[in-house]
Amino acid sequence: MSFKTIVDIFLNNWPMFLRGAGMTLFISIIGTIVGLIIGLCVGIIRTIPIPERGPKRTLLLVINKILSIYIEFFRGTPMIVQSMVIFYGTAQAFGVQMNRVFAALLIVSINTGAYMSEIVRGGIVSIDKGQFEAAQAIGMTHLQTMTNVVMPQVIRNILPATGNEFVINVKDTSVLNVISVTELFFQTKSIAGATFKFFEPYFITSIIYLIMTITITRILRSIERRMDGPANFIMAGNQMQVERPEDIVRKKQGQ
Amino acid sequence: MERVIDVQHLSKTFGTNEVLKDIDFSVNKGEVVSIIGSSGSGKSTLLRCINLLEKPTSGKIIYNGKNILDHAHDIYAYRTKLGMVFQQFNLFNNHDVLSNCTVGQIKVLKRSKEEAEEIALKYLKNVGMEKYIHAKPKQLSGGQKQRVAIARALSMEPDVMLFDEPTSALDPEMVGEVLKVMKELAESGLTMIVVTHEMGFAKEVSDRVIFMDKGVIAEEGTPEEIFNSPKQERTKEFLYRILKEV
Ligand SMILES: Nc1ncnc2c1ncn2[C@@H]1O[C@H](COP(=O)(O)OP(=O)(O)OP(=O)(O)O)[C@@H](O)[C@H]1O
Ligand SMILES: [Mg+2]
Repeated sequence: MSFKTIVDIFLNNWPMFLRGAGMTLFISIIGTIVGLIIGLCVGIIRTIPIPERGPKRTLLLVINKILSIYIEFFRGTPMIVQSMVIFYGTAQAFGVQMNRVFAALLIVSINTGAYMSEIVRGGIVSIDKGQFEAAQAIGMTHLQTMTNVVMPQVIRNILPATGNEFVINVKDTSVLNVISVTELFFQTKSIAGATFKFFEPYFITSIIYLIMTITITRILRSIERRMDGPANFIMAGNQMQVERPEDIVRKKQGQ
Repeated sequence: MERVIDVQHLSKTFGTNEVLKDIDFSVNKGEVVSIIGSSGSGKSTLLRCINLLEKPTSGKIIYNGKNILDHAHDIYAYRTKLGMVFQQFNLFNNHDVLSNCTVGQIKVLKRSKEEAEEIALKYLKNVGMEKYIHAKPKQLSGGQKQRVAIARALSMEPDVMLFDEPTSALDPEMVGEVLKVMKELAESGLTMIVVTHEMGFAKEVSDRVIFMDKGVIAEEGTPEEIFNSPKQERTKEFLYRILKEV
């Protein structure tokens, strides 16, 4: 065990590490995006005001029940177990094996979706009632209220939680090695098996995971800042605006 | 005189709490009606029933000769005809000042962006906020927010404006700027229903004052009648209490 062995192992196996990292990123990006979309849909449906009577009421109640079972199930069981059940379960039920990468995407997406549903629902519930009322008072329908007023605020508010889910996904895709998806952990296991070295490959892998998660966190922070816009606003129609030195500097940097 | 809104036998109960009891109330075109009364008397609930933010338990609301509580009625179109100003402003946090005043015009009234912006600017000028079009709500003071909220409601070009204690959440030094705008609107001939604790405003600006107590209209009359020679004992009591406070 030495620094040299680590470097050697990396130099000899870097294409495998890289492919593994690529697969991990691919699954976690797609999984997070699809999960977010699922979460937005489920969260919105679960916050539709339930009418006092009528068939729409029954329909909504049934849908809500199904959705809460979905959320409970996927939040309440480990992803490693879900992977086994879904991958081997479908193989047994239909006699065909699912494509492993497809299975991985499916598992991560619906798992993330379950968490995001609750995050989105919390985000919607936390929006001040006055925002809904003001939108209704100018004649907006529920859908118009959601798309023009509520959801833009919700999306901004849940961005940190979404980033968190993304980071968790990067790490948790490692459990997919149980269904032999060639993500980073699986690749590392192969390298360790081939070289009979354990510390070094896993050490390299831990660094790769760290680089991925830190980079993602940074990128998301900058997206948040961009969404917040500038801290100050410009007075309209003020032709004689005096440019302060810091403004000029900022403008130059922006170019 | 042309009636804009005519409320008949309106009742509202929350659970077993009967908040409005058989209210009859109407507003004529160009009239400014102030609603006063102690806390919990049902003033806000009445206003919120008029634009259907609360669903009345029974009664009728006649607008343009039609009962808008009939199921067939398009409540979204009706609401565009009523401008609402809230105590807590409720500006859309994700929109800047200009866009607060245009989003309803564009999405609900289907006006073009250019037309909507022109109309919005006209009303923002009226309330003295045209320089702040790029500001987000959180960058404004309370008085400025409320003036933008008034411009937002006016931009829909409603038939009636409803104000629910528009100055109650403001610091004292900002009350004046909002009342000034409202007074100008009243003088321009806009039809207004104003729930207020500002007795000076009610006395000076309104054509008619309604005193509500425990879910009923206890007394109704011109400002002189209500403030100078109230008939009901409870009106006298309320005025005595509230005028002593200031
Ligand atoms: N959503 C609600 N659910 C249950 N009760 C309510 C609801 N809204 C209002 N009430 C009750 O209705 C009564 C009248 O309330 P309302 O807000 O109309 O009074 P108000 O005259 O506007 O008082 P204030 O001057 O304090 O604003 C109160 O007793 C209140 O508790
Ligand atoms: Mg009130």
